Amino acid sequence: MENVLITHNVNKYFYEPEKFQVLKEIDLTVRRGEFLSLVGKSGCGKSTLMYILSTMDSDYEGELEIAGERLTGKGQDALASFRNQHIGFVFQFHYLLPEFTVLQNVMIPALKLKKYSRGEIESRAIEKLKVLGIEEYAKKLSSKLSGGQQQRVAIARALINDPDIIMGDEPTGNLDSYNTHLVFDIFRELTHTYKQTIIAVTHDSEFARNSDRVVEMSDGKIITN
Amino acid sequence: MYLTLEIAKTHLLAKPKQTIVAMMGVTFGIGMFIALISLMTGLNDFTESLTMTSSPDIHIFNDVTQSRPSILSEMNPHGINLVYHQKPKNETPKLRNASEIVRLIRKDPRVWGAAPMLASQVFYNYGPVQLNGNILGVEIMEEDKLFDLRSKMKSGRIEELLTNHSGIIMGTGLARKLNARLGDRVVITTPQGYTLTLKIVGTFQMGLGAIDNVRSYANISTAQAILQKTPGYITDINVKLKDLHQARFIAGELQKSFRYKAEDWETANSTFLTGNKIRNIITYSVSITLLVVAGFGIYNILNMTIHNKMKDIAILKATGFSGNDVRQIFMIQSLVIGLVGSLAGLLIGFGLSVLISKASFPGGDFISLDHFPVQFNPRFYLIGIVFGVSTTAIAGYMPSRKAAGVDPIEILRGQ
Repeated sequence: MENVLITHNVNKYFYEPEKFQVLKEIDLTVRRGEFLSLVGKSGCGKSTLMYILSTMDSDYEGELEIAGERLTGKGQDALASFRNQHIGFVFQFHYLLPEFTVLQNVMIPALKLKKYSRGEIESRAIEKLKVLGIEEYAKKLSSKLSGGQQQRVAIARALINDPDIIMGDEPTGNLDSYNTHLVFDIFRELTHTYKQTIIAVTHDSEFARNSDRVVEMSDGKIITN
Repeated sequence: MYLTLEIAKTHLLAKPKQTIVAMMGVTFGIGMFIALISLMTGLNDFTESLTMTSSPDIHIFNDVTQSRPSILSEMNPHGINLVYHQKPKNETPKLRNASEIVRLIRKDPRVWGAAPMLASQVFYNYGPVQLNGNILGVEIMEEDKLFDLRSKMKSGRIEELLTNHSGIIMGTGLARKLNARLGDRVVITTPQGYTLTLKIVGTFQMGLGAIDNVRSYANISTAQAILQKTPGYITDINVKLKDLHQARFIAGELQKSFRYKAEDWETANSTFLTGNKIRNIITYSVSITLLVVAGFGIYNILNMTIHNKMKDIAILKATGFSGNDVRQIFMIQSLVIGLVGSLAGLLIGFGLSVLISKASFPGGDFISLDHFPVQFNPRFYLIGIVFGVSTTAIAGYMPSRKAAGVDPIEILRGQ
């Protein structure tokens, strides 16, 4: 299977309060369709690594390549439009726009991409909501939904542009066990049925155990791959 | 662009109260600006036109009270001379060679017209009562050219004066005091004590009590007869220029070449003009203050909005919006607030101006004015909207730039 994400020799330093190396020579290759959990103790650098992989943090040394495109050294605007097309995000909190309806929230990244017409985008968004079992709330304001529902809307939003990778930062960290299972099952289904690549940072050992691949980090290094 | 517009619209509509409060700041500022400047320029124009009806661009006369070197210093130029309280010479205020001067002035291409004139103090007899006043001997057609007398006639026609040697055109205020009407005869007493009967062939109203209540116009020859002077006796020349702003400069030239005092309208009416300037300064400073206050309001509200929307901005940037898109979202909001607020301000300003212009404001006996003079000049409305939109653009730019610079990682992982 093809590699969707490759890093080579990534180093990252924090300069506040004093110079400190957070990531040390990270070499990571992720294959298409993999469900990968990134685990480790607090402060081991796993979130920092994920933000570099997500292209939001461009202040590092080394090389990053996603979907065959070298991203190191690109400008912020180019990276933003790359994220728009190739990366979907699911965070610990849903970060939906509260003034917009569920449907609008899902549609916004696609409207930004402008690959399809508005009508097509809407039907695609409804499709995604259906996959996640929340299409009945499409016309509701996103702030009126429960936490688990909101997280599912966030997943639908992450999926709308058919990204190469979905990145999750503690995607189940704020959910009860019922919704955690639900979200996990959705992730599973996405990887198995739709060959969706998922990289998730997690503290949840059960979540990690059930994923395809676990990468464990300690003191800025990958220790188990 | 369309998407940012839509997001901006949703933000504005999600908090209608806050949006309206921000708009009202601009509306109030612009509205007051329009109302103030319309009234102030209306007043300025009114006083200026009043001033111009009563004073020529340049007034040439023989200033007998002008200080002159004493005879002592002429005789003893190198000594130390002390002359206390020197009186003017006993000379008539006559302008020598006045008709020649008028002819020369009229030749000047910068001059619109020049009118010789002769003024005399007279008493108007009203039964046993004598009213103080004056008679101006003028070439009536030239006077009309200078001061547009024709449009100020209340009765009669100015041409009547040409055919009627003992005719006068009387100020309406004076005529009312004398209880005299068109065609009536009035008896005047000259400074030398003679009486003369004159016929009213017309009445005029300048709108200024100081003139309407005391002045009459007559032919130059009539005035010369009143003063018992020979033909050719002229005391004043009034000059009107094509460009009245050259008056000061041309007055200096005329004074030099004819050796008579030539006074320009700016000098003669300096108090009026100072008033105009001060009113303008007040108008603009009050308006700018109002707009700056409105601008701070917008700055505050946008800053608050952006602070509350940090998470939204972060997720927008994470999902592919560039800093530019984010700036656009908030700039659109402040521009919409500015534009809608300014347009409403123009309407309110117009409404206020109309109300003010309808409010009664009796000018009394001295100024013929019954309503506030308000100027409706489209230029003010243009200035208003440009000013309103640019203030909000500046006020919105700083918070928008801050929003564009938000680092999404700090927000998204901070929790």
